[in-house]
Amino acid sequence: MSYQRVKFYQTGTFTVGNRLLDESDRTVQARMDRTNSLNAGHRACQGCGEALGARYALDAVMRATRQQMVAVNATGCLEVFSSPYPESAWQIPWMHSLFGNAPAVASGVAAALRAKGRTDVRVIAQGGDGATVDIGFGCLSGMFERNDDVLYICYDNEAYMNTGVQRSGSTPPRAWTNTTQAVGTNPGNPMGIGKNLPRIAMAHGIPYVATASVADLHDLEAKVTKAMSIRGARYIHIHVPCPLGWKSDPAHTIKVARLAVESGLFPLFEAEGGEVTDRTPIRKKVSVEQYLELQGRFKHLFHPRDERALETIQAIADANIHRYQLLPLKA
Amino acid sequence: MKHHIEGSQAVAHTVALCRPEVMACYPISPQTHIVETLSRKVKAGEIGNCQFLNVESEFGALSVLIGASAMGARTYTATTSQGLLFMAEAVYNAAGLGLPIVMTIANRALGAPINIWNDHSDSMSMRDAGWIQLFAQDNQEAADLHIQAFRLAEELSCPVMVCMDGYILTHAYEVVDLPTQEQVDAYVPAFEPVQVLDPQDPVSIGAMVGPEAFAEVRFLAHHKHVRALEAIPRLSQAFQDIFQRRSGGLMDTYHTDNAETLLLALGSVNGTIKDAVDELRKEGWPVGSIALCAFRPFPSHALRHVVQDAKRIIVFEKDLAVGMGGIVSSDVKMALQGLPIIVDTVIAGLGGRPIPKASVIDTVKQACLEGLEEPHFLDLNWDEINRELTRQQAQRRSGPTAENLLREVGPPGTKPV
Amino acid sequence: MIQIRIHGRGGQGVVTAAELLALAAFRDGKEAQAFPSFGSERTGAPVTAFCRINSQPIRSREPVYHPDVLLIQDSTLLHQVDVFAGLASSAFVLINSTRDVEALRLTDFVIQHPAVQMHTLPASDLALKHLGRPFANIGMVAGYAALTGEVSKAAVNQSITEKFPGRIGKLNGAVAAEVYDYVAANLAKV
Ligand SMILES: Cc1ncc(C[n+]2csc(CCOP(=O)(O)OP(=O)(O)O)c2C)c(N)n1
Ligand code: SF4
Ligand SMILES: [Mg+2]
Repeated sequence: MSYQRVKFYQTGTFTVGNRLLDESDRTVQARMDRTNSLNAGHRACQGCGEALGARYALDAVMRATRQQMVAVNATGCLEVFSSPYPESAWQIPWMHSLFGNAPAVASGVAAALRAKGRTDVRVIAQGGDGATVDIGFGCLSGMFERNDDVLYICYDNEAYMNTGVQRSGSTPPRAWTNTTQAVGTNPGNPMGIGKNLPRIAMAHGIPYVATASVADLHDLEAKVTKAMSIRGARYIHIHVPCPLGWKSDPAHTIKVARLAVESGLFPLFEAEGGEVTDRTPIRKKVSVEQYLELQGRFKHLFHPRDERALETIQAIADANIHRYQLLPLKA
Repeated sequence: MKHHIEGSQAVAHTVALCRPEVMACYPISPQTHIVETLSRKVKAGEIGNCQFLNVESEFGALSVLIGASAMGARTYTATTSQGLLFMAEAVYNAAGLGLPIVMTIANRALGAPINIWNDHSDSMSMRDAGWIQLFAQDNQEAADLHIQAFRLAEELSCPVMVCMDGYILTHAYEVVDLPTQEQVDAYVPAFEPVQVLDPQDPVSIGAMVGPEAFAEVRFLAHHKHVRALEAIPRLSQAFQDIFQRRSGGLMDTYHTDNAETLLLALGSVNGTIKDAVDELRKEGWPVGSIALCAFRPFPSHALRHVVQDAKRIIVFEKDLAVGMGGIVSSDVKMALQGLPIIVDTVIAGLGGRPIPKASVIDTVKQACLEGLEEPHFLDLNWDEINRELTRQQAQRRSGPTAENLLREVGPPGTKPV
Repeated sequence: MIQIRIHGRGGQGVVTAAELLALAAFRDGKEAQAFPSFGSERTGAPVTAFCRINSQPIRSREPVYHPDVLLIQDSTLLHQVDVFAGLASSAFVLINSTRDVEALRLTDFVIQHPAVQMHTLPASDLALKHLGRPFANIGMVAGYAALTGEVSKAAVNQSITEKFPGRIGKLNGAVAAEVYDYVAANLAKV
C-alpha cells in the first residue's frame, strides 16, 4: 500500500489526528482544498457510517480524477439522505436511476465515454449492501464480467436501512432486523452460509477488489486512490455501521467498526486479478463478544447468553483470521 | 435503393445509419436478428465508435442506456415480450428521466402460457410508461419509423418505442427502400441533450420528488406527449420531403371518406384489412380503415376529426385487457365521447393466431347486420373452450388449462396453417 | 397474384426456399413477400413457409390458405399433414421424390382434381450429387422455375449467388443447373 500506517498509541487506537501527520499524509478531508463531493447539511442520521464512508470515498475519487468524475447511485439511504431537491448535497455530476441497476447505469456512462473517445472522465457507482449483494447482483456481475471501466463501491450496513431495517443477504447471523425478529427458538437472522461479495467479485478475476472500513479512513482513502489508478472493473466493499439499524450509540460508530475489524469479523484486504495481495493484520485481537455487545441488534445473544451462537460467530471470525492470515503465525 | 430484405435486417441497417453511440442488447425471439446484425456491424466498424454491450438481462440493457443517454450518447436497444416485462422498472425510469432512448419492440405475446408469436400485449403493458409508441404497418415503415424516432425522441427528450409485429414483420422478406447515409444525416441532426452528466457543470439527475412537485413533473411528461401530437405529423412530412415517401404520422387512413363503417387497427394487420376493405367495397359496403401509427400519444383529436361522419368503428386489436376487454377500443371510445358512433371491440390475432381476410370480412358484415357482442373474440374454438369449462366443472383437480387444451388440439404443425 | 406454399421439415431449408423464390421474383421486377409459418420448430418437425408474387405491392399478412403453387419438400408429409388444404383447383404441385405420383398413392387425388398439375422431382438426389447433402430446397425452386416460368431461371440463378456467396453458391448453382437439365430431359414444360 502506498501510505505509511501511523501508530498513535496514546488513544489505544489507530485514530490519528491529521495535525500530527505530514501534510502529504493527511486525509483529503483535512485539506483546505477538500472538494466536499457530499456537502454538509444532508439528512443522514447522527453517526451514520455510510455518510462518512461515502464522503471519504468520493472526495478521494475527486482528488484522483481531478474532479473529472460522474457518480451513479442506487436507491438507498445514501441516495435519499443526499438528494432531496433543491438541497442536493452532491457537488459532482450525480445520477440515480433505480435500486437494482446502478452497476449497469455506470456501465452505460462508461460506454458513452468510450464512444465519445473520452478517457479524462471516470465513473463510479455506489449502493448499499441490498443494492449490491441482492437486487443489483446480476447487473453488478455483468459489469464485472465485461470488465467495464467502473469503480463500484458498496456501503455495507448489513441490512435494508432505507426501508426501515429489513434483512439483506449481507445481514450477519443472529442479527435482529425487522424481518428477522429476535423471537422464537432461533431468534434473529438464521445461521446461514452468508454471501461474501468481495470474494464473489474476486472470482470474476477483476483487476482490483478491496475491503475497507470507516474505522480506518486513511486506509479507505488509499484503496480508493489505488482503485482509481487502475482501469477496468473495480470493487470496494466498505463496512459502515448504522446506529439506527444496529441499535448502537451514534458516538460508537467508529469504535464498532474498529471492533469488527479487530475481531476478524470484517477482514481488511486487497486483491488483484482474483488473488489476495495485501491484508491489514490485526494488532490486538478482540473477541466477537466485544463487538456484538455494543449493538442492540445482538442483545438477545446475551440475555440469556446464547453460547452456541456466540461460539459460532467466534468461529466465523477465527476462520477469517486464518483465511486472510490476519494474525502473525505463532512460532 | 430497393432491396428484397428481411424486416429485421432492414431495421438493423437503418438503425446503423442513425449513428447510435451505445447499444446494449439481450437476445429474445423474435428480436434476435436485429441485434445480431447490429452487433456484427459494430464489430466490423461500420457504425463509427459505437459501443455494443452484451448485457446480463433486459433490465441491464435498458439501464446501460439510461446511463449512456444521461452521458449524452445516442442510444438504442430492441426487445419484446418477457424481455420488456423484465425491463419494466427501467422502462418507466427512462421515460420519467426524459431520456431519448429508441427501442424496437418486436411485438410478441406475454406468458404464461409461454408463446413466442405475435400480438401486442407486450407494448400495451407499457402504454402508460411515458414512452411514445409508434406501430409499423410494413417493413418499409418499420425501417422509416426508426429514423423518425431518433429525431422525435431527441427533439422532445422522450423515449420512443417502434413497434413492429414479431415474425410477421421481423422475419418477413419483402421489398424495402433502404435510405442512404446522406439522407439520414440530412434528417437526423446531431444529438444535443437537454440534460447531461458533465463534470464542468455538475447536476444531479434522479432526485426524489415529493408531493410538492410530483404532479407537476408528471404533467410536464404528459405535456411532452401533447407536443408529440404536433411533432409526429410534422416530422413525418419532413421525412417525406427528404425520402420521397410517406411513413409514420399519427395515422394512415384508407377510404375513410363517405365510409359508414371504419376498421381500426395497429400494425401489420392493416395490410390484410385494406385488402378486406377493397373486397367489401366491391360488394357495395361503405367501409374504410384507419391504421393508427401513434398509439402513445393517442391522437384523440385527429381521430375524432377523421371519423366524425362514420356510424361504426370496429377496432381489431391484438391484445386483451383481461376482465375488461379492449385496450385500444377503450381509448377510441374515450376519444369519441359524445359522438353518435358505435365502437366494437374485436380481439384478434392473440399469440400469433392468423387474422384471415375472410374472418375480417365476415366480422364486418356481422357487425353491420346484427351487431357484435362486446368484446368479440375472432375465430375462437368454442368446442374446446366448452369442453374445458365442462371439465373444470366436473372435477376440482381438472389440471393445467393450457395443457388440457393442447391435448385436445393436437400437436402443432399437423394442420396446414 | 401467385400464392405459394412450401411444406417440409425443420432443417430442410424450407424458409430459405421461400426467401429465394421471393428474391428471384423481385429480380424479375415483381413485388414479392416471403415469410415462415413461425415457430420454434426444431429439426424434423413439419414446417410451412409462404411466398406471394404480384405485379402490385402486396399488403396481405395472412398465411397462404389457397395456394396456387405447392412445393412439398418432404414426401413423408403427404399422408401426415393436410398439405393439400385449400389448394386452388388449377394449382401446380411439385413433390420432392424419386417416385412417381402413383407410387406416392396420389392417383385418387389427381383424378379428383383434374386441373391440378402434379409433378415429382428427385430434388434430394440431385442435390446430394453436388452438395454431398440432400438439401432439396434449391432444387425445388429451380424445378418450379423450369416447369412454370413464373420466375425466370436467370433470376433464380442470381438469387442463389446473392444468398449464398462463394463456394456454397457455386455448388447450389450447379444443383439448379442439374435440375434444369433434368426437367428438360424428363418432364414436359407446362
Ligand atoms: C425494486 C425495488 N424494490 C424495493 C425498493 C425499496 N427499497 C428502496 S431502498 C431499499 C433498501 C436499501 O438497502 P441498501 O441497499 O442496503 O441501502 P441502505 O439503505 O441500507 O444504505 C429498498 C428495499 C425499491 N426502491 N425498488
Ligand atoms: S438509517 Fe443508518 S444508513 Fe441510513 S442514514 Fe441513518 S445511520 Fe445512515
Ligand atoms: Mg444496507
